[in-house]
Amino acid sequence: MTDVLLELRDATVRFGDVQALRGVSIEVRRGEAIALVGANGSGKTTLLRLLHGLVAHRGERHVRDPLARQVMVFQRPFMLRLSVWRNLLIALWLARVPRAERARVAEAALRRVGLQALRDRPARALSGGEAQRLALARAWAVRPQLVFLDEPTASLDPTAKKEVEALLEGFVADGITLVMSTHNLGQARRLATRIVYLDRGEVRVDLPTEAFFSEHVDPRADKFLRGELSWSLE
Amino acid sequence: MNDFGQSVQTAIALIAHADAALVHTVALSLAVSGAACAIAAGFGLAAGAWLAVARFPGHRAVVMLINTLLALPSVVVGLAVYLLLSRSGPLGSWGILFTPGAMVIAQTILVFPVVAALARQLVGDSLRDGGDQLRSMGASPLVCALLMLVHDRWAVVTLLLTAFGRAIAEVGAVMIVGGNIAGVTRVMTTAIALETSKGDLPLALALGLVLLAVVGAINVLIALVQRGGGHRGSALAGAR
Repeated sequence: MTDVLLELRDATVRFGDVQALRGVSIEVRRGEAIALVGANGSGKTTLLRLLHGLVAHRGERHVRDPLARQVMVFQRPFMLRLSVWRNLLIALWLARVPRAERARVAEAALRRVGLQALRDRPARALSGGEAQRLALARAWAVRPQLVFLDEPTASLDPTAKKEVEALLEGFVADGITLVMSTHNLGQARRLATRIVYLDRGEVRVDLPTEAFFSEHVDPRADKFLRGELSWSLE
Repeated sequence: MNDFGQSVQTAIALIAHADAALVHTVALSLAVSGAACAIAAGFGLAAGAWLAVARFPGHRAVVMLINTLLALPSVVVGLAVYLLLSRSGPLGSWGILFTPGAMVIAQTILVFPVVAALARQLVGDSLRDGGDQLRSMGASPLVCALLMLVHDRWAVVTLLLTAFGRAIAEVGAVMIVGGNIAGVTRVMTTAIALETSKGDLPLALALGLVLLAVVGAINVLIALVQRGGGHRGSALAGAR
């Protein structure tokens, strides 16, 4: 079993005239919790989508363990206009979970995120925090080895944020590899084992969490940490 | 005004007495247009969903063609189907010209582009919203599109009712391929055309009022669906 799940080599992404990522090389290893940090527009979401295989790119992207199931939880999770329960069942159907097991797995997933009481509610009627928990349940239910999360607690209230973080800690404890983008440095520090700092589409720093916060290897990353990175392109 | 008052009275009398000829005409209209819409729904929804995700050389041209066919004149469809089904035509051996079957074929061709074009638009819009999420969960592009039809099912119902409205209100195609034979292929629109040409304007207007009532009932149904089902349908209804 390889330790590396996914690898990018000199990957570049362009959207028309805009170069969203340039020359990115990164490895995602089993059991890691990686936080992608950086200012708005630095390329965090694009990098997540590239790692997940959702955007066209130049350069190399290698899935080293093709059997490792990967899912993505989007910043605003999309729910079908169906009940919470049916959204889960469809996720399990798409993941080719045998029909006989789907109800049991869906039940366990709802229990895990504390949404049993809402199973018959229309999924699109859920609050932001509940929808994010359902998205995590949907991800967890398919037994992924690798989960990408795009700002999983953005625009959630403090209680919902805490609940989602607790669920993510549970994912890590289950041995699930996480790659998430976040603006919340405290959250990155609490959850991540490794921090990747992006600036204008480039990976400027890639260090274990403690080293990222204690070492001063990149002046722009330091400025970012101090909240002094100007909106203007310096 | 006199004619109009008389025709309203005639319409009420026809409906109140459940006039046998009227009932048959209305029933045939509903059956032909209903069958055409059911067939067009099967093919049109599948084609629309597929066009929303398929990418091939000429894709844009096919989409433009389908959109252009939204304005397909019904007499042109009638003429084309007539040429296909007439004795000397390629499908003449079927022997179904001047039967309800021919009328169903003509109306199916007429409403297929309506269903396909609107379904493509609907699915395309929804895929921009949630396509990546479904792909992330392992859905193939076509499965994504079909799931979006489920997601937008109330708008799909509105779409199909729109297609039904187009079918039941058209006269050119069914006149040409049906022949307006009393008791066999006479539907409401062809009956109205016939009574007008005979100069029986009150009866023609009365039939027109019945047709309006049927279309009105469809619109009430659309409103109920929109109220019960969501907001996407209203955008479609507004585009009608």
